[in-house]
Amino acid sequence: MTAQQDIKADTWTVAGRTFSSRLIVGTGKYKSLEENAAAVEASGAEIVTVAVRRVNISDPNQPMLTDFIDPKKVTYLPNTAGCFTAEDAIRTLRLAREAGGWNLVKLEVLGEAKTLYPDMRETLRATGTLVKEGFEPMVYCVDDPIAAKQLEEAGAVAIMPLGAPIGSGLGIQNRVTIRLIVESAGVPVLVDAGVGTASDAAQAMELGCDGVLMNTAIAEAKEPVLMARAMKAAVESGRLAYLAGRMQKRRYADPSSPLAGLI
Amino acid sequence: MSLDGNLGIRVNGEHRRVPTGLSVAQMVNSLGLDPLRVAVERNLEIVPRSSLSEVCVEDGDDYEIVHFVGGG
Repeated sequence: MTAQQDIKADTWTVAGRTFSSRLIVGTGKYKSLEENAAAVEASGAEIVTVAVRRVNISDPNQPMLTDFIDPKKVTYLPNTAGCFTAEDAIRTLRLAREAGGWNLVKLEVLGEAKTLYPDMRETLRATGTLVKEGFEPMVYCVDDPIAAKQLEEAGAVAIMPLGAPIGSGLGIQNRVTIRLIVESAGVPVLVDAGVGTASDAAQAMELGCDGVLMNTAIAEAKEPVLMARAMKAAVESGRLAYLAGRMQKRRYADPSSPLAGLI
Repeated sequence: MSLDGNLGIRVNGEHRRVPTGLSVAQMVNSLGLDPLRVAVERNLEIVPRSSLSEVCVEDGDDYEIVHFVGGG
């Protein structure tokens, strides 16, 4: 197989579903549904995260997300954003499954509002219950290799450690733990949260992650559609660099031109 | 039930009065919503889409009606 064919065949699989895009994008914080849809298109994402919220019964004719991003073309990944207990998260996902008919979901159980840091005790508990109920949870978690392993044992179909707090755009704070999680995981690993710009996404992919999930980095860019394109390129570049295998680092210089034949 | 024959229910935290004898699907429709595009929880239990037309609205019911919105 040529390198070109290798690249084309570079897909990843989560819970039996195969995707070629390794970028998952959120659908929150956009100025309009039109801009949101254009950014999703530019990102090339095949999966988008969505939230489950009460319908507005005083104005039932408000435009709906599904009118702009077609769930038949893009996989909707319902999340549990805003849930602070296992019970709330499970209740939310039961409703999501009824609304969309999907078992593939994103679980996040938050510990506190200031940092939106995951509560791993509740997250683990919710993962166990969801798996028993037939869900396939992709799980947002701390960048802790032991917690990641425990989630996998509990039945998580993907491990999604944070690079930095949700919405912070600070970039990957601990490359060592992300790499350790990637090395020991038997399920896909995606950096979820913390990406601020293209190089952060590339870095996640260079560490060997199967994908990257982001929302704010695109939605809060001055030009979200342009940033979506940048993120698509960054994820692809980072992935290619990982597959190519980077050079070893040296402490000092090593000339690129031959020393022999020097005049 | 009140003297006018209407039922008092709660939908997404708001009090509503609806006629007796409605199915959950009819109640959802009467709010201007498409039952195929929402999920309904009745007294903390999911009402499966397949039985929305069979389950009757009862006095004092508490409903959550949700759908997908943008989120991260």
